Amino acid sequence: MEKALLTVEHLYKSYGGHTVLDDLSFTVRKGEVIVVIGPSGCGKSTLLRCINALEDIQGGQVLLNGESVRKGAGNIPQMRQKIGMVFQSYDLFPHKTILDNITLAPRKVQKRGKAEAEREAMELLERVGLADRKNDYPRQLSGGQKQRVAIVRALCMHPELLLLDEITAALDPEMVREVLDVVLSLARSGSTMLIVTHEMSFAKAIADRVFFLEQGKIMEESADPKSFFQRPQTARARAFLHTFDYER
Amino acid sequence: MQSLGIDVLFKGINFQRLLGGLWVAVRLSLISVSISIVLGTGMGMLMTSKNRLLQFFFRLWLETVRIMPQMVLLFVVYFGTTRVFGWNLEAEAAAIIVFSFWGTAEMGDLVRGALISIPVIQYESARALGMDEKTLYLYVILPQTIRRMLPLSINLITRMIKTTSLVMMIGIVEVLKVAQQIIEANRKSSPNAAFGVFGTVFLLYFLICWPVSRLAARLEKRWAGD
Repeated sequence: MEKALLTVEHLYKSYGGHTVLDDLSFTVRKGEVIVVIGPSGCGKSTLLRCINALEDIQGGQVLLNGESVRKGAGNIPQMRQKIGMVFQSYDLFPHKTILDNITLAPRKVQKRGKAEAEREAMELLERVGLADRKNDYPRQLSGGQKQRVAIVRALCMHPELLLLDEITAALDPEMVREVLDVVLSLARSGSTMLIVTHEMSFAKAIADRVFFLEQGKIMEESADPKSFFQRPQTARARAFLHTFDYER
Repeated sequence: MQSLGIDVLFKGINFQRLLGGLWVAVRLSLISVSISIVLGTGMGMLMTSKNRLLQFFFRLWLETVRIMPQMVLLFVVYFGTTRVFGWNLEAEAAAIIVFSFWGTAEMGDLVRGALISIPVIQYESARALGMDEKTLYLYVILPQTIRRMLPLSINLITRMIKTTSLVMMIGIVEVLKVAQQIIEANRKSSPNAAFGVFGTVFLLYFLICWPVSRLAARLEKRWAGD
Protein backbone atom coordinates (compact mmCIF):
# COMPACT_ATOMS: atom_id res chain seq x y z
CA MET A 1 0.00 0.00 0.00
CA GLU A 2 1.21 3.47 -0.87
CA LYS A 3 2.34 5.71 1.94
CA ALA A 4 -0.14 8.22 3.27
CA LEU A 5 0.11 11.78 1.96
CA LEU A 6 -2.09 13.19 4.71
CA THR A 7 -2.47 11.68 8.14
CA VAL A 8 -4.97 13.02 10.64
CA GLU A 9 -4.52 11.53 14.10
CA HIS A 10 -6.96 11.95 16.99
CA LEU A 11 -7.83 15.46 15.83
CA TYR A 12 -9.77 17.30 18.48
CA LYS A 13 -11.16 20.80 18.02
CA SER A 14 -13.45 22.83 20.23
CA TYR A 15 -14.67 26.41 20.41
CA GLY A 16 -15.14 27.43 24.00
CA GLY A 17 -16.79 24.41 25.55
CA HIS A 18 -18.30 23.20 22.31
CA THR A 19 -16.67 20.20 20.66
CA VAL A 20 -16.53 20.56 16.87
CA LEU A 21 -14.20 17.74 15.87
CA ASP A 22 -14.08 14.78 18.17
CA ASP A 23 -11.07 12.49 17.91
CA LEU A 24 -10.92 12.23 14.13
CA SER A 25 -8.39 9.89 12.54
CA PHE A 26 -7.94 9.03 8.87
CA THR A 27 -5.35 8.97 6.13
CA VAL A 28 -5.39 10.12 2.52
CA ARG A 29 -3.15 8.50 -0.06
CA LYS A 30 -1.68 10.31 -3.01
CA GLY A 31 -4.15 10.56 -5.89
CA GLU A 32 -7.17 9.84 -3.72
CA VAL A 33 -10.34 11.90 -3.84
CA ILE A 34 -12.16 12.03 -0.53
CA VAL A 35 -15.60 13.59 -0.29
CA VAL A 36 -16.82 14.70 3.11
CA ILE A 37 -20.57 15.10 3.53
CA GLY A 38 -22.78 15.73 6.51
CA PRO A 39 -25.38 18.09 7.93
CA SER A 40 -24.43 21.74 8.38
CA GLY A 41 -22.56 22.37 11.59
CA CYS A 42 -21.13 18.86 11.62
CA GLY A 43 -17.57 20.18 11.38
CA LYS A 44 -16.82 19.54 7.69
CA SER A 45 -15.49 22.99 6.96
CA THR A 46 -13.68 23.15 10.27
CA LEU A 47 -11.94 19.91 9.37
CA LEU A 48 -10.55 21.42 6.16
CA ARG A 49 -9.57 24.59 7.99
CA CYS A 50 -7.68 22.57 10.59
CA ILE A 51 -5.83 20.67 7.89
CA ASN A 52 -4.67 23.99 6.47
CA ALA A 53 -3.88 25.28 9.98
CA LEU A 54 -6.32 28.18 9.71
CA GLU A 55 -7.71 26.97 13.04
CA ASP A 56 -5.80 25.98 16.12
CA ILE A 57 -6.54 22.51 17.41
CA GLN A 58 -6.90 21.29 20.96
CA GLY A 59 -5.60 17.77 20.46
CA GLY A 60 -4.10 15.32 18.02
CA GLN A 61 -2.12 16.19 14.94
CA VAL A 62 -2.22 16.73 11.19
CA LEU A 63 0.72 15.37 9.20
CA LEU A 64 1.52 16.01 5.56
CA ASN A 65 4.20 13.60 4.34
CA GLY A 66 4.96 13.01 8.00
CA GLU A 67 5.51 16.70 8.72
CA SER A 68 3.32 18.41 11.27
CA VAL A 69 0.90 21.12 10.14
CA ARG A 70 -0.05 23.30 13.07
CA LYS A 71 -1.21 26.89 13.35
CA GLY A 72 1.45 29.19 14.73
CA ALA A 73 4.35 26.90 13.84
CA GLY A 74 7.25 28.59 12.06
CA ASN A 75 7.06 26.37 8.98
CA ILE A 76 3.39 27.06 8.32
CA PRO A 77 3.86 29.24 5.21
CA GLN A 78 5.99 26.43 3.69
CA MET A 79 3.49 23.74 4.63
CA ARG A 80 0.55 25.73 3.28
CA GLN A 81 2.23 26.01 -0.10
CA LYS A 82 1.78 22.26 -0.38
CA ILE A 83 -1.89 22.45 0.56
CA GLY A 84 -4.11 24.36 -1.83
CA MET A 85 -7.46 25.59 -0.60
CA VAL A 86 -10.52 27.03 -2.29
CA PHE A 87 -13.24 28.58 -0.15
CA GLN A 88 -16.98 28.89 -0.44
CA SER A 89 -17.06 32.66 -0.65
CA TYR A 90 -15.17 34.34 -3.43
CA ASP A 91 -11.72 34.94 -2.12
CA LEU A 92 -9.94 36.47 -5.11
CA PHE A 93 -7.97 39.63 -4.46
CA PRO A 94 -10.28 42.41 -5.74
CA HIS A 95 -7.49 44.88 -6.50
CA LYS A 96 -5.61 42.54 -8.81
CA THR A 97 -6.34 41.30 -12.31
CA ILE A 98 -7.11 37.63 -12.87
CA LEU A 99 -3.56 36.98 -14.06
CA ASP A 100 -2.03 38.83 -11.09
CA ASN A 101 -4.32 36.97 -8.70
CA ILE A 102 -2.90 33.71 -9.96
CA THR A 103 0.76 34.71 -10.20
CA LEU A 104 1.06 36.74 -6.97
CA ALA A 105 1.86 33.83 -4.66
CA PRO A 106 4.06 31.91 -7.17
CA ARG A 107 6.13 35.06 -7.63
CA LYS A 108 6.23 36.51 -4.13
CA VAL A 109 6.14 33.30 -2.11
CA GLN A 110 7.90 30.79 -4.35
CA LYS A 111 10.10 33.48 -5.94
CA ARG A 112 9.41 32.21 -9.43
CA GLY A 113 10.07 34.38 -12.48
CA LYS A 114 7.27 36.55 -13.84
CA ALA A 115 7.39 35.09 -17.36
CA GLU A 116 7.41 31.49 -16.15
CA ALA A 117 4.60 32.03 -13.63
CA GLU A 118 2.48 33.82 -16.21
CA ARG A 119 3.06 31.11 -18.78
CA GLU A 120 1.82 28.46 -16.39
CA ALA A 121 -1.08 30.64 -15.28
CA MET A 122 -2.14 31.05 -18.89
CA GLU A 123 -1.96 27.31 -19.52
CA LEU A 124 -4.18 26.69 -16.51
CA LEU A 125 -6.58 29.47 -17.47
CA GLU A 126 -6.79 27.89 -20.90
CA ARG A 127 -7.76 24.61 -19.30
CA VAL A 128 -10.68 26.19 -17.44
CA GLY A 129 -11.69 28.26 -20.47
CA LEU A 130 -10.88 31.69 -19.07
CA ALA A 131 -7.69 32.66 -20.89
CA ASP A 132 -9.40 35.65 -22.49
CA ARG A 133 -10.30 37.11 -19.07
CA LYS A 134 -6.72 37.41 -17.84
CA ASN A 135 -6.73 41.21 -17.70
CA ASP A 136 -10.16 41.51 -16.12
CA TYR A 137 -10.77 42.21 -12.46
CA PRO A 138 -12.65 39.73 -10.26
CA ARG A 139 -15.72 41.99 -10.10
CA GLN A 140 -16.15 41.58 -13.87
CA LEU A 141 -16.50 37.81 -13.56
CA SER A 142 -19.48 35.66 -12.67
CA GLY A 143 -19.41 33.54 -9.53
CA GLY A 144 -18.63 30.38 -11.42
CA GLN A 145 -15.80 32.05 -13.29
CA LYS A 146 -14.37 33.39 -10.04
CA GLN A 147 -14.36 29.95 -8.50
CA ARG A 148 -12.58 28.52 -11.55
CA VAL A 149 -9.95 31.23 -11.19
CA ALA A 150 -9.65 30.44 -7.49
CA ILE A 151 -8.98 26.80 -8.37
CA VAL A 152 -6.37 27.83 -10.92
CA ARG A 153 -4.77 30.13 -8.36
CA ALA A 154 -4.42 27.24 -5.95
CA LEU A 155 -3.12 24.88 -8.66
CA CYS A 156 -0.44 27.30 -9.81
CA MET A 157 1.33 26.73 -6.48
CA HIS A 158 1.66 23.01 -7.33
CA PRO A 159 0.00 21.80 -4.14
CA GLU A 160 0.24 18.15 -3.19
CA LEU A 161 -3.22 18.26 -1.67
CA LEU A 162 -6.23 20.35 -2.63
CA LEU A 163 -8.94 21.26 -0.11
CA LEU A 164 -12.25 22.37 -1.60
CA ASP A 165 -14.62 23.86 0.95
CA GLU A 166 -18.18 23.92 -0.47
CA ILE A 167 -16.93 25.74 -3.51
CA THR A 168 -20.27 25.66 -5.30
CA ALA A 169 -22.49 26.45 -2.32
CA ALA A 170 -22.68 30.18 -3.06
CA LEU A 171 -23.20 29.77 -6.80
CA ASP A 172 -26.32 30.08 -8.89
CA PRO A 173 -27.39 26.59 -9.97
CA GLU A 174 -26.48 27.07 -13.62
CA MET A 175 -22.90 27.87 -12.66
CA VAL A 176 -22.34 24.85 -10.48
CA ARG A 177 -21.71 22.56 -13.40
CA GLU A 178 -18.84 24.55 -14.95
CA VAL A 179 -16.97 24.51 -11.64
CA LEU A 180 -17.59 20.84 -10.88
CA ASP A 181 -16.42 19.88 -14.39
CA VAL A 182 -13.08 21.49 -13.60
CA VAL A 183 -12.83 19.53 -10.35
CA LEU A 184 -13.76 16.33 -12.12
CA SER A 185 -11.00 16.81 -14.68
CA LEU A 186 -8.54 17.42 -11.84
CA ALA A 187 -9.58 14.15 -10.25
CA ARG A 188 -9.01 12.34 -13.53
CA SER A 189 -5.54 13.82 -13.85
CA GLY A 190 -4.62 12.40 -10.46
CA SER A 191 -4.93 15.33 -8.05
CA THR A 192 -5.30 14.45 -4.39
CA MET A 193 -8.36 16.19 -3.05
CA LEU A 194 -10.44 16.52 0.06
CA ILE A 195 -13.81 17.89 -0.94
CA VAL A 196 -16.63 19.17 1.22
CA THR A 197 -19.82 19.45 -0.78
CA HIS A 198 -23.59 19.30 -0.77
CA GLU A 199 -23.76 18.16 -4.38
CA MET A 200 -24.58 14.50 -3.84
CA SER A 201 -24.55 13.33 -7.44
CA PHE A 202 -21.20 15.01 -7.90
CA ALA A 203 -19.92 13.35 -4.74
CA LYS A 204 -21.03 9.98 -6.03
CA ALA A 205 -19.30 10.55 -9.36
CA ILE A 206 -15.98 11.83 -8.08
CA ALA A 207 -15.29 10.18 -4.73
CA ASP A 208 -12.86 7.33 -4.16
CA ARG A 209 -14.01 7.36 -0.57
CA VAL A 210 -16.84 9.10 1.23
CA PHE A 211 -16.83 10.26 4.83
CA PHE A 212 -20.14 10.94 6.48
CA LEU A 213 -19.44 13.38 9.29
CA GLU A 214 -21.83 14.15 12.11
CA GLN A 215 -21.24 15.80 15.47
CA GLY A 216 -17.53 15.94 14.77
CA LYS A 217 -17.17 12.22 14.16
CA ILE A 218 -16.89 10.10 11.04
CA MET A 219 -20.13 8.15 11.45
CA GLU A 220 -19.72 6.19 8.28
CA GLU A 221 -16.89 5.74 5.83
CA SER A 222 -17.20 4.01 2.49
CA ALA A 223 -14.72 3.07 -0.19
CA ASP A 224 -17.61 2.30 -2.47
CA PRO A 225 -19.48 5.58 -3.00
CA LYS A 226 -22.08 4.06 -5.35
CA SER A 227 -23.35 1.63 -2.78
CA PHE A 228 -22.98 4.19 0.01
CA PHE A 229 -25.32 6.58 -1.72
CA GLN A 230 -27.74 3.76 -2.52
CA ARG A 231 -27.66 1.92 0.76
CA PRO A 232 -25.89 3.74 3.57
CA GLN A 233 -25.18 1.42 6.47
CA THR A 234 -25.98 3.76 9.35
CA ALA A 235 -29.39 5.13 10.16
CA ARG A 236 -27.96 8.62 10.51
CA ALA A 237 -26.46 8.63 7.03
CA ARG A 238 -29.73 7.27 5.69
CA ALA A 239 -31.65 10.05 7.36
CA PHE A 240 -29.22 12.66 6.04
CA LEU A 241 -29.29 11.40 2.46
CA HIS A 242 -33.04 11.17 2.63
CA THR A 243 -33.29 14.95 3.04
CA PHE A 244 -31.99 15.27 -0.53
CA ASP A 245 -34.74 13.11 -1.99
CA TYR A 246 -38.05 14.47 -3.05
CA GLU A 247 -40.94 12.06 -3.15
CA ARG A 248 -44.62 12.58 -3.46
CA MET B 1 -23.87 99.57 -10.83
CA GLN B 2 -21.93 99.64 -7.61
CA SER B 3 -18.22 98.96 -7.68
CA LEU B 4 -17.43 95.32 -6.81
CA GLY B 5 -14.41 96.46 -4.88
CA ILE B 6 -11.97 94.30 -6.74
CA ASP B 7 -9.79 97.30 -7.66
CA VAL B 8 -8.10 97.32 -4.23
CA LEU B 9 -6.44 94.03 -5.07
CA PHE B 10 -4.42 95.74 -7.75
CA LYS B 11 -3.21 98.51 -5.46
CA GLY B 12 0.44 98.09 -4.49
CA ILE B 13 1.28 94.54 -3.48
CA ASN B 14 -2.15 93.69 -2.12
CA PHE B 15 -2.71 90.65 -4.30
CA GLN B 16 0.78 89.36 -3.55
CA ARG B 17 0.04 89.74 0.17
CA LEU B 18 -3.15 87.78 -0.27
CA LEU B 19 -1.25 84.97 -1.98
CA GLY B 20 1.32 85.08 0.82
CA GLY B 21 -1.51 84.63 3.30
CA LEU B 22 -2.83 81.73 1.26
CA TRP B 23 0.58 80.08 1.42
CA VAL B 24 0.51 80.36 5.23
CA ALA B 25 -2.81 78.52 5.25
CA VAL B 26 -1.62 75.89 2.78
CA ARG B 27 1.66 75.38 4.63
CA LEU B 28 -0.16 74.93 7.94
CA SER B 29 -2.46 72.34 6.39
CA LEU B 30 0.36 70.52 4.59
CA ILE B 31 2.38 70.13 7.78
CA SER B 32 -0.66 69.12 9.86
CA VAL B 33 -1.92 66.72 7.23
CA SER B 34 1.49 65.04 6.93
CA ILE B 35 1.75 64.60 10.68
CA SER B 36 -1.85 63.34 10.82
CA ILE B 37 -1.27 60.75 8.10
CA VAL B 38 1.78 59.28 9.80
CA LEU B 39 0.40 59.32 13.36
CA GLY B 40 -3.12 58.45 12.18
CA THR B 41 -1.94 55.31 10.40
CA GLY B 42 -0.27 54.12 13.59
CA MET B 43 -3.32 55.07 15.64
CA GLY B 44 -5.65 53.27 13.23
CA MET B 45 -3.64 50.09 13.52
CA LEU B 46 -3.62 50.36 17.32
CA MET B 47 -7.37 51.00 17.31
CA THR B 48 -7.95 47.57 15.77
CA SER B 49 -6.14 45.94 18.70
CA LYS B 50 -8.14 43.94 21.19
CA ASN B 51 -6.83 45.91 24.16
CA ARG B 52 -9.88 47.46 25.84
CA LEU B 53 -7.92 50.23 27.53
CA LEU B 54 -6.31 51.27 24.25
CA GLN B 55 -9.68 51.19 22.49
CA PHE B 56 -11.26 53.32 25.19
CA PHE B 57 -8.42 55.84 25.06
CA PHE B 58 -8.64 56.30 21.27
CA ARG B 59 -12.44 56.42 21.34
CA LEU B 60 -12.29 59.18 23.97
CA TRP B 61 -9.72 61.09 21.93
CA LEU B 62 -11.79 60.82 18.77
CA GLU B 63 -15.05 61.84 20.44
CA THR B 64 -13.37 64.79 22.15
CA VAL B 65 -12.04 66.08 18.87
CA ARG B 66 -15.35 65.59 17.14
CA ILE B 67 -17.46 67.23 19.80
CA MET B 68 -15.20 70.14 20.60
CA PRO B 69 -15.12 73.12 18.21
CA GLN B 70 -11.65 73.49 16.72
CA MET B 71 -11.59 77.11 17.78
CA VAL B 72 -12.01 76.24 21.45
CA LEU B 73 -9.19 73.77 21.11
CA LEU B 74 -7.03 76.46 19.52
CA PHE B 75 -7.76 78.88 22.36
CA VAL B 76 -7.03 76.27 25.00
CA VAL B 77 -3.70 75.34 23.48
CA TYR B 78 -2.58 78.82 22.50
CA PHE B 79 -3.85 81.03 25.31
CA GLY B 80 -4.42 78.44 28.00
CA THR B 81 -1.01 76.81 28.08
CA THR B 82 0.83 80.11 28.26
CA ARG B 83 -0.62 80.91 31.67
CA VAL B 84 -0.96 77.48 33.19
CA PHE B 85 2.21 75.72 32.03
CA GLY B 86 4.21 78.82 31.23
CA TRP B 87 4.76 77.59 27.69
CA ASN B 88 5.40 80.30 25.16
CA LEU B 89 4.02 78.55 22.13
CA GLU B 90 4.33 80.18 18.75
CA ALA B 91 0.89 80.64 17.24
CA GLU B 92 1.81 78.44 14.29
CA ALA B 93 3.08 75.69 16.56
CA ALA B 94 -0.17 75.85 18.53
CA ALA B 95 -2.15 75.64 15.29
CA ILE B 96 -0.15 72.65 14.07
CA ILE B 97 -0.61 70.88 17.40
CA VAL B 98 -4.37 71.41 17.33
CA PHE B 99 -4.79 70.44 13.70
CA SER B 100 -2.61 67.36 14.06
CA PHE B 101 -4.46 66.37 17.24
CA TRP B 102 -7.68 66.56 15.26
CA GLY B 103 -6.31 65.07 12.04
CA THR B 104 -4.63 62.14 13.77
CA ALA B 105 -7.87 61.12 15.46
CA GLU B 106 -9.95 61.40 12.28
CA MET B 107 -7.29 59.74 10.17
CA GLY B 108 -6.91 56.98 12.73
CA ASP B 109 -10.61 56.30 12.54
CA LEU B 110 -10.44 56.14 8.73
CA VAL B 111 -7.52 53.70 8.85
CA ARG B 112 -9.32 51.62 11.46
CA GLY B 113 -12.49 51.55 9.38
CA ALA B 114 -10.61 50.55 6.24
CA LEU B 115 -8.67 47.83 8.04
CA ILE B 116 -11.71 46.19 9.61
CA SER B 117 -13.65 46.41 6.35
CA ILE B 118 -11.26 43.97 4.69
CA PRO B 119 -13.03 40.60 4.90
CA VAL B 120 -11.37 37.85 6.93
CA ILE B 121 -11.41 35.63 3.84
CA GLN B 122 -8.82 37.92 2.25
CA TYR B 123 -6.40 37.15 5.05
CA GLU B 124 -7.24 33.46 5.00
CA SER B 125 -6.97 32.93 1.28
CA ALA B 126 -3.62 34.73 1.23
CA ARG B 127 -2.39 32.58 4.11
CA ALA B 128 -3.71 29.48 2.38
CA LEU B 129 -1.46 30.39 -0.55
CA GLY B 130 1.52 30.20 1.76
CA MET B 131 2.05 33.93 2.29
CA ASP B 132 3.80 34.98 5.46
CA GLU B 133 2.42 37.97 7.37
CA LYS B 134 4.72 40.48 5.68
CA THR B 135 3.80 39.39 2.15
CA LEU B 136 0.15 39.24 3.15
CA TYR B 137 0.05 42.84 4.36
CA LEU B 138 2.30 44.23 1.64
CA TYR B 139 0.49 42.79 -1.37
CA VAL B 140 -3.02 41.96 -0.20
CA ILE B 141 -4.21 43.94 2.81
CA LEU B 142 -2.48 47.34 2.60
CA PRO B 143 -3.25 47.97 -1.10
CA GLN B 144 -6.92 47.34 -0.40
CA THR B 145 -6.85 49.44 2.78
CA ILE B 146 -5.31 52.40 0.97
CA ARG B 147 -7.88 52.18 -1.82
CA ARG B 148 -10.71 52.31 0.67
CA MET B 149 -9.14 55.07 2.70
CA LEU B 150 -7.74 57.49 0.17
CA PRO B 151 -10.94 59.17 -1.05
CA LEU B 152 -12.10 59.74 2.54
CA SER B 153 -8.75 61.00 3.73
CA ILE B 154 -8.61 63.47 0.86
CA ASN B 155 -11.95 64.84 2.03
CA LEU B 156 -10.41 65.21 5.47
CA ILE B 157 -7.54 67.16 3.93
CA THR B 158 -9.92 69.65 2.26
CA ARG B 159 -11.76 70.03 5.55
CA MET B 160 -8.49 70.80 7.26
CA ILE B 161 -7.52 73.35 4.62
CA LYS B 162 -10.85 75.13 5.07
CA THR B 163 -10.62 75.07 8.84
CA THR B 164 -7.23 76.79 8.84
CA SER B 165 -9.24 80.00 8.41
CA LEU B 166 -9.79 79.80 12.20
CA VAL B 167 -6.14 80.38 13.02
CA MET B 168 -6.50 84.12 12.45
CA MET B 169 -8.22 84.08 15.82
CA ILE B 170 -4.91 83.32 17.49
CA GLY B 171 -3.10 86.00 15.54
CA ILE B 172 -1.75 84.11 12.57
CA VAL B 173 -1.82 86.27 9.49
CA GLU B 174 -3.18 83.88 6.91
CA VAL B 175 -5.23 84.61 3.84
CA LEU B 176 -8.43 85.64 5.61
CA LYS B 177 -6.60 87.95 8.00
CA VAL B 178 -4.70 89.56 5.13
CA ALA B 179 -8.00 90.11 3.39
CA GLN B 180 -9.39 91.83 6.49
CA GLN B 181 -6.31 94.03 6.73
CA ILE B 182 -6.60 95.06 3.09
CA ILE B 183 -10.29 95.89 3.51
CA GLU B 184 -9.64 97.90 6.68
CA ALA B 185 -6.83 99.84 5.08
CA ASN B 186 -9.00 100.80 2.12
CA ARG B 187 -12.23 101.45 3.96
CA LYS B 188 -12.34 105.10 2.85
CA SER B 189 -11.18 104.78 -0.75
CA SER B 190 -13.00 101.53 -1.61
CA PRO B 191 -15.94 100.98 0.71
CA ASN B 192 -17.07 98.00 -1.33
CA ALA B 193 -13.76 96.15 -0.97
CA ALA B 194 -15.28 93.58 1.39
CA PHE B 195 -17.15 91.99 -1.47
CA GLY B 196 -14.26 91.91 -3.92
CA VAL B 197 -11.60 90.86 -1.47
CA PHE B 198 -13.54 88.23 0.45
CA GLY B 199 -14.92 87.00 -2.86
CA THR B 200 -11.37 86.56 -4.07
CA VAL B 201 -10.46 84.66 -0.90
CA PHE B 202 -13.45 82.43 -1.53
CA LEU B 203 -12.15 81.75 -5.04
CA LEU B 204 -8.65 81.04 -3.77
CA TYR B 205 -9.95 78.44 -1.30
CA PHE B 206 -11.97 76.96 -4.10
CA LEU B 207 -8.96 76.77 -6.40
CA ILE B 208 -7.00 74.90 -3.73
CA CYS B 209 -9.74 72.53 -2.54
CA TRP B 210 -11.53 71.80 -5.78
CA PRO B 211 -8.69 69.89 -7.51
CA VAL B 212 -8.12 67.92 -4.31
CA SER B 213 -11.76 66.95 -4.04
CA ARG B 214 -11.93 66.13 -7.78
CA LEU B 215 -9.00 63.79 -7.25
CA ALA B 216 -10.91 62.06 -4.45
CA ALA B 217 -13.95 61.64 -6.67
CA ARG B 218 -11.84 60.21 -9.49
CA LEU B 219 -10.08 57.71 -7.24
CA GLU B 220 -13.39 56.71 -5.75
CA LYS B 221 -14.80 56.02 -9.20
CA ARG B 222 -11.73 54.20 -10.43
CA TRP B 223 -11.65 51.90 -7.44
CA ALA B 224 -15.39 51.44 -7.13
CA GLY B 225 -16.30 47.86 -6.45
CA ASP B 226 -12.79 46.87 -5.50
